Amino acid sequence: MGSGGQTLLSIEQVEQRVQEQNRAKRARDRRAELIYPVLAAALLLVVWELVTRALHVPVYLFPPPSSVIASTIENWQLLLRESWITGTEILAGYAVSILVGIPLALAIFQWPVFSKSIYPLLISSQAMPKVAVAPLFVVWFGFGLMPKVLIAFLIAFFPIVINTVMGLAAIEREKIYLAQSMGLSAFDTFRLIRLPDALPSIFAGLKISITLAVVGAVVGEFVGGDGGLGYQLMVANGSMNTPLLFAGILALTVLGVLAFWMVEVVERLSMPHQEKASGSVGSP
Amino acid sequence: MNISAARRVPETPVYLEVDNLSKVYASEDGPVRALDRVSLKQQRGEFVSIVGPSGCGKSTLLMIAAGLASSSEGRVLVENKLVSRARTDLGMVFQNHVLLEWRTALQNVLLQAVARKMDPKVAQQRARELLAAVGLSGFENKYPRSLSGGMKQRVSICRALIHDPPHLLMDEPFGALDSLTRDQLVLDLQRICSERSTAVLFITHSIAEAVFLSDRVVVMTPRPGKIDRVIDIELPRPRTLAMRESPEFAQYSREILEVFLARGVLKE
Repeated sequence: MGSGGQTLLSIEQVEQRVQEQNRAKRARDRRAELIYPVLAAALLLVVWELVTRALHVPVYLFPPPSSVIASTIENWQLLLRESWITGTEILAGYAVSILVGIPLALAIFQWPVFSKSIYPLLISSQAMPKVAVAPLFVVWFGFGLMPKVLIAFLIAFFPIVINTVMGLAAIEREKIYLAQSMGLSAFDTFRLIRLPDALPSIFAGLKISITLAVVGAVVGEFVGGDGGLGYQLMVANGSMNTPLLFAGILALTVLGVLAFWMVEVVERLSMPHQEKASGSVGSP
Repeated sequence: MNISAARRVPETPVYLEVDNLSKVYASEDGPVRALDRVSLKQQRGEFVSIVGPSGCGKSTLLMIAAGLASSSEGRVLVENKLVSRARTDLGMVFQNHVLLEWRTALQNVLLQAVARKMDPKVAQQRARELLAAVGLSGFENKYPRSLSGGMKQRVSICRALIHDPPHLLMDEPFGALDSLTRDQLVLDLQRICSERSTAVLFITHSIAEAVFLSDRVVVMTPRPGKIDRVIDIELPRPRTLAMRESPEFAQYSREILEVFLARGVLKE
């Protein structure tokens, strides 16, 4: 409030004050958004460090953050090399998911007969735990890149299909009426109206999928790998090198966040009209 | 229904003819009559309102007249040619603005031009003029999410007019707006229509709106959807808001109201 009201402010002065207060508040909020999570994380690490030290928890059981960080620094070349392998598997599996998922969704949307025959099959197939198929893939395709990419694809492609189909189907009827009254061809209606209208939903699917692709790649390496972060986790586990295990998990997390962020950037670029990316469904 | 086109002395040609149109929906509880043998004619440049309560089939009638829905019986003719598919000789305005969220106001208006392969430069120029005419200059590059409800509906009207269609179909276009915004849009619409020879088929449930805008008001009653009366509105143009208080205006409103009272749409 103004000071006592002896000096009456002009409306321009009031405007300026309100505008400035608003700007200051926004800046404060932005800072808080960054500072609080960082503080919370730092606090957590300190408590973790202190507790493990105070209670003399053995390092092979639960290493303090300091030894995890030390291990990360010590093994950075190894972690980087394995991250590269796992990253390749994730991206390849994700790419296959998109290349199969989107056309499949379009076909399901476009041809009712195809949809009626394949859709129930597709949905019931999701009841099957895909991880269980992983050993079979190792038998079929060996220990190389192929089985990991396939498992990542198998786990990741479904949300893309579902979200794309749902996004395309959820269009308002009036938008289609509008297109018809303008004489738009089916292809132009798709290109100018249906596809952009479904984009938010498609990206929601793409964001869930990228996190699932990470899971798929790691599972593939668990089951039959000779490289990658998942394989490295198994090795570290076998040799009771728990700090390295933690370092591997850290590297995987960074990889997952990077992949997710990449999809979000693409989303923001393809939907510049949206102020913020649409939610963060399945954010890691 | 006998709607003679004898009103205008030099008889203008009929643009739209709806001939004995019926629409019946099948349902679990037997057939539902949405439209019962509805006929009406509209001349070039004529403003015709269809007024009636919700569920009287007026929107159905508009959809069939646009070629966007099928009739169960009867036919729609445009310049004596049978309508068998979606018409493209028109502009459509829906109750909901139906703007594309990923296009700016200007780009939304230009969608019509893109669809009709108009010259981009000419179209751009016309779109800007139209937006300015409804008080939206300066908002051309705003996305719909930062426009108010009334502004969005204005953009959608511009979109329906950029190709200068001979026919404009409006389905309760101002239904979702507050009354002041409605008044302004009604005035804007009257002005825009007087500047060109667009025939308008206007669906509304507002008696005042119908009387204010129309050359003719078609009064529909529900269950089944039937035309009860057609009233010629002979108020001078341009009409002003103050005219709504005039005895003539009240007389026309009263006439429509009587129909609704007689048919049990309203009870006193």
